Amino acid sequence: MEDTSRIGSALPHDSARKHVTGEATYVEDMPKLVGQRYACVGRSSIASGKIISMDLQPVLEAQGVIDVISASDIPGGIDIGPVFPGDPLLTDSLVEYVGQPIFAVLATSHERARKAVTLANIEYQLQTPVLDLQQAIDQKFFVRPPHTMQRGEADTALAKSKHRFQGKLRVGGQEHFYLEGQASTAIPEEDGCITVHTSSQNPTEAQKLVAEVLGLSMNQVKVVTRRMGGAFGGKETQGSAWSCIAAIFALRNQCAVTCRLSRQDDMVMTGKRHSFLNRYDVGCTDQGEILGIDYRLAGQCGYSPDLSDAIVDRAMFHCDNAYFIPDIRIEGLRCKTNTVSNTAFRGFGGPQGMITVEAVIDQIAYTLGKDPLEIRKRNLYNLSDRNLTPYHQEVDHYSLPRIIDQLEVDADYWNRREAVKAFNEINPVIKKGLALTPVKFGISFTVSHLNQAGALVHVYSDGSIHLNHGGTEMGQGLMVKISQIVAEEFQVSPENIIISATQTDKVPNTSPTAASSGTDINGMAALNAARKIKNRIIQFLSEKYDVPLDHVKFKNGEVFVEERSLTFAEVAHQAWMGRVSLSATGFYKTPKIHYDRETAKGRPFLYFANGAAVSEVIIDTLTGECRLSRVDILHDVGNSINPAIDIGQIEGGFIQGLGWLTCEELQWDTSGRLLTDSPATYKIPAISDTPAEFNVSLLKNAANSEPTVFRSKAVGEPPLMLAISAWCAIRDAIIAASGSKSFPILHAPATPEEVLRCIHETGMQQ
Amino acid sequence: MIQFLLNQEKIDLPDRPADTTVLRYLRDELQLCGTKEGCASGDCGACTVVVAEKQGQALRYRAVNSCITFIGSLQGKQLITVEHLASGNELHPVQQAMVDLHGSQCGFCTPGFVMSMFAMYKAIEQSLGSLNQAELRIKTQYHLGGNLCRCTGYRPIIDATLASVDSIAGDQFSRATQSTCHDLEFIADAVSAQNTASSMHPKNIIELNNYIRQFPEAPLVAGCTDLALEVTQKLQSIPLMIYLDQVTELLEVDESKESMTIGAGVTLEQCKTLFTEHWPQTAEIFDRFGSYQIRNQATIGGNIANASPIGDLPPLLIALGATLCLQLGDTQREITIDSFFIDYKKTALEDHEFIVSIKVPLPLPNQLLRIYKISKRVDDDISAVCMAISLTLSDTQDTGILDSKVAFGGMSAIPCRASRCESVLNHGDLTEYTIALAADAIEQDFSPISDARASSSYRTRVAKNLLKRFLLEMSDPSIATRVDS
Repeated sequence: MEDTSRIGSALPHDSARKHVTGEATYVEDMPKLVGQRYACVGRSSIASGKIISMDLQPVLEAQGVIDVISASDIPGGIDIGPVFPGDPLLTDSLVEYVGQPIFAVLATSHERARKAVTLANIEYQLQTPVLDLQQAIDQKFFVRPPHTMQRGEADTALAKSKHRFQGKLRVGGQEHFYLEGQASTAIPEEDGCITVHTSSQNPTEAQKLVAEVLGLSMNQVKVVTRRMGGAFGGKETQGSAWSCIAAIFALRNQCAVTCRLSRQDDMVMTGKRHSFLNRYDVGCTDQGEILGIDYRLAGQCGYSPDLSDAIVDRAMFHCDNAYFIPDIRIEGLRCKTNTVSNTAFRGFGGPQGMITVEAVIDQIAYTLGKDPLEIRKRNLYNLSDRNLTPYHQEVDHYSLPRIIDQLEVDADYWNRREAVKAFNEINPVIKKGLALTPVKFGISFTVSHLNQAGALVHVYSDGSIHLNHGGTEMGQGLMVKISQIVAEEFQVSPENIIISATQTDKVPNTSPTAASSGTDINGMAALNAARKIKNRIIQFLSEKYDVPLDHVKFKNGEVFVEERSLTFAEVAHQAWMGRVSLSATGFYKTPKIHYDRETAKGRPFLYFANGAAVSEVIIDTLTGECRLSRVDILHDVGNSINPAIDIGQIEGGFIQGLGWLTCEELQWDTSGRLLTDSPATYKIPAISDTPAEFNVSLLKNAANSEPTVFRSKAVGEPPLMLAISAWCAIRDAIIAASGSKSFPILHAPATPEEVLRCIHETGMQQ
Repeated sequence: MIQFLLNQEKIDLPDRPADTTVLRYLRDELQLCGTKEGCASGDCGACTVVVAEKQGQALRYRAVNSCITFIGSLQGKQLITVEHLASGNELHPVQQAMVDLHGSQCGFCTPGFVMSMFAMYKAIEQSLGSLNQAELRIKTQYHLGGNLCRCTGYRPIIDATLASVDSIAGDQFSRATQSTCHDLEFIADAVSAQNTASSMHPKNIIELNNYIRQFPEAPLVAGCTDLALEVTQKLQSIPLMIYLDQVTELLEVDESKESMTIGAGVTLEQCKTLFTEHWPQTAEIFDRFGSYQIRNQATIGGNIANASPIGDLPPLLIALGATLCLQLGDTQREITIDSFFIDYKKTALEDHEFIVSIKVPLPLPNQLLRIYKISKRVDDDISAVCMAISLTLSDTQDTGILDSKVAFGGMSAIPCRASRCESVLNHGDLTEYTIALAADAIEQDFSPISDARASSSYRTRVAKNLLKRFLLEMSDPSIATRVDS
């Protein structure tokens, strides 16, 4: 019987049963240890200034308080900046944003610790904060120097273009709002060592930073991550501080310490998606073919560099999206503001670049009176003369033309375009809009050394398999996918495989689970480990039964030695008896990639992930309210390892992107305090935001031409940007509402208020 | 001592501070960590549990947010958490559907969703008549609008919910109904259980007044959906509470030819039924009022007494010309609802006075009523602007306006009437001309604030436009005025 439960099988998430029964354990659900204590962090109340005096005595005297620390109590290094310095774990002098950690409290309960931190008396010398992105641009207030990418001569191309126009686009940031807040539990061990259980996408970095702040070496710190209750980039660098605080207290007080953030602390103290203020100068032909673009992309980084250099780079890498731009110049600014340091968030700057060129396309279509889809298709890359990106990587195995052609038909684009027009002609108040937008997203960490992964596979003498690798599970189904990969290699059922928590003492020096790379790199490393064991078994069986190596076959739970059939368990037992090592480490490094940032040339990406979406929206021109009525998506995941998991990523990514572009709005007051610091004021999509008709398909016959794991493609981030179709559809509806008086300058997010403002400013008087 | 059932197990909970939430009790004391804390403010639903109460010989199942539910409210009820749904190795149908249809990714919101789905499953199991797929989908949104998921985009959760109610066979809870009812009766009969040192549960107004005299500092609590935030967000202590949820007089509903009188302790979920019977068009406000979990807890009296400028019921009640019956000691008085709100969070209630009931005049044949809620999100959001309008025309054939009440939430420090707007309407007809003048008058009536929900200018513009929407809906039903239409 053919066993189909491996590659390409829609297995449920490995923890699905535990999710629905409540048995799945997150950091804060772990059984409490005797003497376990709880930490909470005291934060600044001002955006910019200096600490003059700090009286923590009332904190220390509060009920249940055991210990209080400030910067001078940190035994090792204070700075926990992930790439560049600039993030003090606790500050004792300079304050650069509201919510910056200043001290921490250890108490007998989480509630007591939270109450105690409110009792500190801190005096500040106030300085005027820079809170506005435009102000930071004007003052050249940067966390990192500007960087420019170019190909050809944009100025010349613009000058000779028949049509030329400029525009500005404000793109809002986004709170991750993972349902599980940041949490870490540190447990002191023998010999001054420490174990940290943390909700982190980046256990190795947590390990390194805990070691640094404690003055330990990395081998004295073990970090464990079983699963996260969502992460989305928000636990790539932003989880480490809480591990460090818990670890410092744990060693000082020789007790287990949990540091978890309340929802408000989490929203105030951790970084978000960068908001951007982008401007463009575009030239095109009568037919709408883009001749040149001069971009300035300005990302709001907050007070410190964090990952912003790479994030703004990725915005620059994606402001071409799917389109060939013959002459282009892109300047990327990393602006500093006195706000929390912005960080990775699904798409990592890519979405903010991509949405800008989609606005450009819409403006070209509007200017020339053509359908935006026609302009999109006209400007697509091809595989011959229009295949060079602004960073000089050639676009190959490009599935977008095929995707768009198919989606146009599947989603019935042109008939619906007519239906939308007809609807808008007879409806004065309610208007519909329609848009198809593509996504081309580069896959690989743009920082090349991160493109490596390790794995550890054990086969026990009863044939059961223990699998470990450097990737972390945040809900994306990484564990089930990798167990499917290992199961395929051994031709056993995935049920034979136990997936274990990510641990720095099992697989060292891991990269964060980020950049959509989880399955690509960890899957390959696991495959490499499994293959080593498999080859040893083949060698052993070939010798034992005296058959050629290629006469040993693994198939459907059995191992065939010529005609002889053995179960995998029998083989494992025999191999063990035959003193064969059944444990192996695996390793993978992404091939082919290189990038020279000095010249802004190279091949930063192994390949591109592609997809496209058609969105139809309905807007109310009296209130700005908007509903997404239908979405059709066709997405290329290569050969899917698990189509259910992949479709889950696509749908979830799309709705998360929809939130970023419609209802999720971050707001600060004039003193730099976050106003939207709870789910009461910060609205992520809820169930009624899911379109009534939501058709998602995977592109068929789409094996990745790069030798990725089972020819699959990464799927974590790219689908988020499919939601740009909804944002463009809203503008399409606004154009209908405003009677085409001028091109609507719609910013993101397109909240009801923004939509109504846009309708008014575009010329319709209600 | 608080007595309740934890699933089928009878719990005698020794006294503890009244402000202990069910969530903290489950997680910290019982180590039942399946129920998650996502926000501790009743906004995400990760902590959803189900509370069952006896109703005749049946059990009524309500999903509530355990993060903002205090343990005192469990008195005499059955608490069901995610750990109790499976029967041995056999998952409950709602759990099985979530596994089969890939309804979980990170899994953190899943227990909350599963519990909301369970409450819907029970509601459908107990309801008469069947719903078609479209109606079931609407019902799913109604029940799950208070549960946030950041991973899935909800589609598989909707599918799982629909699949789980596709063919309902009795589950372990329906099989245990008789014994559960028996155990709950036993608890109700145990007199000692009624009063703990921290949570008081008066059965009638006389007992209530006694407690008020005895514990003048203890707040009167009903749904606690707002008060609980003082504890979980502002870190205040509220060691004593007097619960209103068992005071008989506050739960009564009375109807005469002219009016309907609703006890202050009636939940919003029950109010929906009462109001939509007379004013079907008010369904849209009840469907979007907080979340299902909140509507199960929050009461009409609480929504009024809270005096929030953005409560969604006051504008409706003002437009309907409701009056309130208040009681202080043994003395009752009646006041109109629009004189109840004095200033931001300040009401006409004297110390220790409470709302007994709300009297709402029933509709007149030539009365036009609409209530509109505008917010960033459809589900579980607070209004940027909420407008309720009631126009009485001189007769059904005419457009001449005899009387108008136009009330707003979100436009000022209290829910209040647009008096200049009303006076324009009162002298005019239901025509474009009058409505345009009335809309302009709103600018004189209010100078709304700008906050995280909306700017002042948006609020004003929308308030004016809602009058135009009203006119369109009254004069030409063929014109689409809603994005949901």
